[in-house]
Amino acid sequence: MRHIISVLMENEPGALSRLVGLFSQRGYNIESLNVAPTEDPTLSRLTLTTIGDDQIIEQITKHLNRLIDVVKLVDLTEGAHIERELMMVKVRATGAQRAEIKRCADIFRGQIIDVGPTLYTIQVTGASDKLDAFLEAVGEAAILEVVRSGVSGIARGEKTLSL
Amino acid sequence: MEMLSGGEMVARALADEGVEFIFGYPGGAVLHIYDALFQSSEIPHILVRHEQAATHAADAYARATGKPGVVLVTSGPGATNAITGIATAYMDSIPMVVLSGQVQSHLIGEDAFQETDMVGISRPIVKHSFLVKRQQDIPEIIKKAFYLAASGRPGPVVIDIPKDITNPVEKFEYQYPEKIKLRSYTPATRGHSGQIKKAVQMLLGAKRPVIYTGGGVVQGDASEQLTELAKLLNFPVTNTLMGLGAYPGTDRQFLGMLGMHGTYEANNAMHHSDVILALGARFDDRVTNTVSKFCPTAKIIHVDIDPASIAKTVVADIPIVGPVDAVLNEMLAQVKDQLAKNESLPDADAIGQWWQQIDDWRDQHGIYTKPRYDTESGLIKPQQAIESLFNATNGDAFVCSDVGQHQMFAAQYYRFNKPRRWINSGGLGTMGFGLPAAMGVKLAFPDADVACVTGEGSIQMNIQELSTCTQYAAPVKIVNLNNGYLGMVKQWQDMQYAGRYSQSVYEESLPDFIKLAEAYGHVGMKVEKLSDLDDAMTEAFKLKDRLVFLDVYVDRHEHVYPMHIAPNGSMRDMWLSKTERT
Repeated sequence: MRHIISVLMENEPGALSRLVGLFSQRGYNIESLNVAPTEDPTLSRLTLTTIGDDQIIEQITKHLNRLIDVVKLVDLTEGAHIERELMMVKVRATGAQRAEIKRCADIFRGQIIDVGPTLYTIQVTGASDKLDAFLEAVGEAAILEVVRSGVSGIARGEKTLSL
Repeated sequence: MEMLSGGEMVARALADEGVEFIFGYPGGAVLHIYDALFQSSEIPHILVRHEQAATHAADAYARATGKPGVVLVTSGPGATNAITGIATAYMDSIPMVVLSGQVQSHLIGEDAFQETDMVGISRPIVKHSFLVKRQQDIPEIIKKAFYLAASGRPGPVVIDIPKDITNPVEKFEYQYPEKIKLRSYTPATRGHSGQIKKAVQMLLGAKRPVIYTGGGVVQGDASEQLTELAKLLNFPVTNTLMGLGAYPGTDRQFLGMLGMHGTYEANNAMHHSDVILALGARFDDRVTNTVSKFCPTAKIIHVDIDPASIAKTVVADIPIVGPVDAVLNEMLAQVKDQLAKNESLPDADAIGQWWQQIDDWRDQHGIYTKPRYDTESGLIKPQQAIESLFNATNGDAFVCSDVGQHQMFAAQYYRFNKPRRWINSGGLGTMGFGLPAAMGVKLAFPDADVACVTGEGSIQMNIQELSTCTQYAAPVKIVNLNNGYLGMVKQWQDMQYAGRYSQSVYEESLPDFIKLAEAYGHVGMKVEKLSDLDDAMTEAFKLKDRLVFLDVYVDRHEHVYPMHIAPNGSMRDMWLSKTERT
């Protein structure tokens, strides 16, 4: 099963390599990863998605917790949560295609953020499966380049991941 | 406030930390630190002959004393040579602080002379690491390193220090912190009371219990509590390779080691048990044999300081995260309370029957009820060499082992009655560990008997330390079980490769170890006859001030038994001799 693990860690050099190294060292899988400092510049918030059964996820969270740089973590998929991913897609858009792609972007609540004579660059945000669906709708033939941010997530309601 | 250079801060902080020995080797990137050490001369420094030996000596010092070992090496090759020893300490959870020099800050990343990314290279085998960026940070980083190394589940910590950070010109205020706080690091200080209560209920209801303990009981200084609990309940105890000595080895309730080369009674008791109390042990693959067949009828209580060790391979019915001494103290209090309230606990009849069963196993194939090796061969059996060592030292020596058959024979036949006496590389299985380890222990305990049990394969991996032993007067006794083969490799080749000895034979290439020992200024003794064995052993230990190299020619074809049958075997599936199996 896919899990979204959100980690609060020291914003120190080497911290990220320790975390990523743990995954390769122990044979765990990282599907996506994103990391940036928080409002407290001494802390980074890292979100990763991984796939594994309960026993593997338990080991992953235990080993992450063992890292000295990791302050706190939560498996967001254990409770109600919101996940978002940002994607920018450069697509070939000529002739009748231009209107069709624009309509498609509207349906997915995407925005055209760059326009050229033969192409559009479209920004779409949402859960990962929505982004997948947009790519499918546009069609492989038209796609020139895709860049995705990886998943960010936050728990619903009062629950927070903070010091 | 006192003003010190970075190099002086390193020297002073180590002294303020109470460090007794530094094991190390100088080089370009650490010369400022070595100069500061020379000028302060507060801490004895042991100049090894190879950095790997520095790490093993410091590691063994830590195993024997309980205090973190300290290593100082230069950048590049100095640092990489230390890696094997750091990995050895990491696998066995040994507290160690390794200071490595680094090229000057502005050269980092430029492939400078003797540059290597030590923080990167050591990352998977350290508990934590630091790269020092400012002189002012040195005292706090060193304090943190010692705290991290020794607390919680112990382990090695690396501090990488660029050369410019230690330059003697720039001086900064120095104060060694009394305490440090790490917001992200809070090891458990006690176990969960509710879980302990459940565990006590389970223990008191057990009919076929076993207490299975590992290195955590030794490292966590919980031997007394373990012994008291086992005695109070009349439960059998087995130790892992790392846990030997945690429970008195010659006591009636001790079943011997368990696992791949564990005793018949220990492995059978585990397999047939209904309750297993696992203390500071990690259900290693060398213990469990096939995990899916592991102890099918047992409920498992697992106590460990590291939550990641619990349910890693074998699922625990009652997990308890906490220091094993604190958990045992609470268990003892509850057990005493329960026993006072209810005299029928534990079930004496059931426990009596269980002991009857265990004694039957002991009579059938136990290695302590009678010799299970051939006593009529006229050759020196390796088992006999260890028994002779045990007798010559009254079972009270520090025994530092290398890795291979001799290690297993020592674990089986030297019956350790005290913790911290058995010093070996259990997790990583590092050949070359024994001699530098013995040296580290002997320096810490100059009046104690310290033996290095080794083979002609292992000893040659760090034999250069015979020179260090001369320089610092470390009169250890080397017991070399010489069979002219890489014995454990040969055993596997006998059992699984139809005796094709691929690269496990020395033929005529072995040195004359007697002359070699003498060349370093030591005493060499050759033992070829069984009738000479005990006298030679006794004589060697009488030479208190001399390092003695006992070259003992043992049966070249002996195997270590029992041995788990793998793959697909359970705990109770064992080879008992070359021809006999369960």
